[in-house]
Amino acid sequence: MEFDFFLELFFGGLTRGSIYALIALGYTMVYGIIQLINFAHGEIYMIGAFTGLIVSSVLTMAGFPQLAVVVVAACAAVIYACSYGYTMEKIAYKPLRNAPRLSALISAIGMSLFLQNYVLLAQTSDFLPFPSLIPDFEFWEPYAHIMTSPELVIIITTIVVMIGLTFLIKFTQVGKAMRATSQDQTMAALLGVNVDRIISITFVVGSATAAIGGLLIASHIGQINFYMGFIAGIKAFVAAVLGGIGSIPGAVLGSLVLGWTESFFTGYISSDYEDVFAFLFLVLILIFRPSGILGRSETQKV
Amino acid sequence: MKSILKSFAVAFAATALLAAPGFAADTIKLGVAGAHSGDLASYGLPSVNAAQLVVKKINANGGVLGKKVELLVEDDVCKPEVAGNTATKLVSDGANLILGHICSGATKAALGFYKDAKIVAMSPSATNPDLTLSGEYPNFFRTIPHDAKQAQLQVQFATKTLGVKTVAILHDKGDYGKGQAELAKKYFEEAGVEVVLFEGVTPGAVDYSAIVTKVRRKKPELVVWGGYHPEASKIVTLMRKKRMKTLFMGADGVKDDTFIKVAGKYAEGVYATGPMDISNNPLAKQAKKEHQDEFGSDPGAFFDAAYSAALAMLNAVEKAGSTDYDAVVKALQTEYVDTPLGKIRFDQAGDATGIGFTVYQVKDGKFTEQK
Repeated sequence: MEFDFFLELFFGGLTRGSIYALIALGYTMVYGIIQLINFAHGEIYMIGAFTGLIVSSVLTMAGFPQLAVVVVAACAAVIYACSYGYTMEKIAYKPLRNAPRLSALISAIGMSLFLQNYVLLAQTSDFLPFPSLIPDFEFWEPYAHIMTSPELVIIITTIVVMIGLTFLIKFTQVGKAMRATSQDQTMAALLGVNVDRIISITFVVGSATAAIGGLLIASHIGQINFYMGFIAGIKAFVAAVLGGIGSIPGAVLGSLVLGWTESFFTGYISSDYEDVFAFLFLVLILIFRPSGILGRSETQKV
Repeated sequence: MKSILKSFAVAFAATALLAAPGFAADTIKLGVAGAHSGDLASYGLPSVNAAQLVVKKINANGGVLGKKVELLVEDDVCKPEVAGNTATKLVSDGANLILGHICSGATKAALGFYKDAKIVAMSPSATNPDLTLSGEYPNFFRTIPHDAKQAQLQVQFATKTLGVKTVAILHDKGDYGKGQAELAKKYFEEAGVEVVLFEGVTPGAVDYSAIVTKVRRKKPELVVWGGYHPEASKIVTLMRKKRMKTLFMGADGVKDDTFIKVAGKYAEGVYATGPMDISNNPLAKQAKKEHQDEFGSDPGAFFDAAYSAALAMLNAVEKAGSTDYDAVVKALQTEYVDTPLGKIRFDQAGDATGIGFTVYQVKDGKFTEQK
């Protein structure tokens, strides 16, 4: 019983951490490339979930089989969210590329509020039911409660996304260009890297993982509303900083640490103070390891 | 500034004289106090309309005990510091009964004055439990259920009808949700039910699997939720997905059609308390129609409760045969009266019986009343 309880909390925290990770990847990649905290990233996650809802409702009504609905809805969510990410970068960040960092940050906050209110007006302020895209199947007794099938899918998807991303960055031409751009934009440009294109690609890739996260959590929880990206976005941002912002494995590790902290804290102590202690933990880590768990401390060139 | 106030006072005195043609004549004076101006006026003005309609009708039928009923309308702006003056003014004008006040704070401030003057006051809207439960104001009555009624009903239903022995109470840490949860906890403990878990969750969190896991481990027979429906539907959905058959009960924050829409099949069997449905009461329909005819608009907040309060007080005077304080109180507590809220009388504390909340259960995608 004790061990069951531990396992259940472990997997609960892992699920939550995976969702944070899918969002945190976008934060960390964008920061890695252009040192911008894209506060509108949580809204991309929300837009992914909304697109998923609209597309899957239409397809279900048209009588498509479940598998087709899931695949098409996921693709639509990813494509739509990516186009939002791409456009957002072009409108709100590109013109400010050489402006002081604070301007871009404020532009990001403005973008976040704009997108929230846009969805609020275009859709509704109400909570909307989200269909269960991932079919429920039972694990064998007595372990049926330890993990549900949506949780398993969330964890597996995160692992797959992680592997894909690592491959993209380590072994492809684009990944090489990304790494070069993150080290030194001017130098990369001089060596023939199309920096603007690389930045756009970074935004698109980050948006895609966030959209997948939004779709998965909506299907797991069963409801969405226009405000869902805010708290998730903040938590994912915290997780990215915790792991060391700019570092991809760091974002995942930070997310898992945050997810587990919240889960175990709720389970063994009290959920009343869940956020208090999750963030206290963050403060402690940052005091003793300012660059985050896996972050490298950079020497600023003067 | 002073001179403006003075001229106002003179103007008021003048209108008071003019508006009191039956100064010497014998009338029953019904004071109406509440917020009639300011940002909370929309809560107070429907009571004035309700009193006018009731009095007009009663006067047309010969009045109470052969006397006409006269209205004394005073504004307290829902401010406790103004309510004392309002009350003093009404007492010195010779009010026999008070309909009001509207806000709990203002009501509390005014009640002492009425108590000293031995005047019955009846509020259509003050829901603070202490006003009646503390026993400090024997002259206070109300036609709205107090905040604790809902929790008491939940506990009664859970122990008597469902027969549960252990309960987990969760809330959203907000004023409304936590307040409900704390009241529920208090009454559950008094009823001898073991509260195995009492915790708040963060509204808007990504998921609630940890707290659901914790609930499963404590094995309660019932989960009581204090808060609104979005978190409730997330928690219920997760509980059912984890194959927990534990009963789930919420309050009026959950009794919302959006809850069923969002939680879908997982909403089935969930209990929620909510206000009684009075839309089928013929007197309520009639009162609404009277308001339409007289004012050309739909009645506002607490209209039915205020209409019922005016009816109940005047009925008590009629039954008591005088406006004597003790006789009126006795009549309020013993005589039933038909009102838009249903057939009511008042208990020892001053709360109306026969009104209030009902337990609903989700059946086939609808909240159905549990008898």
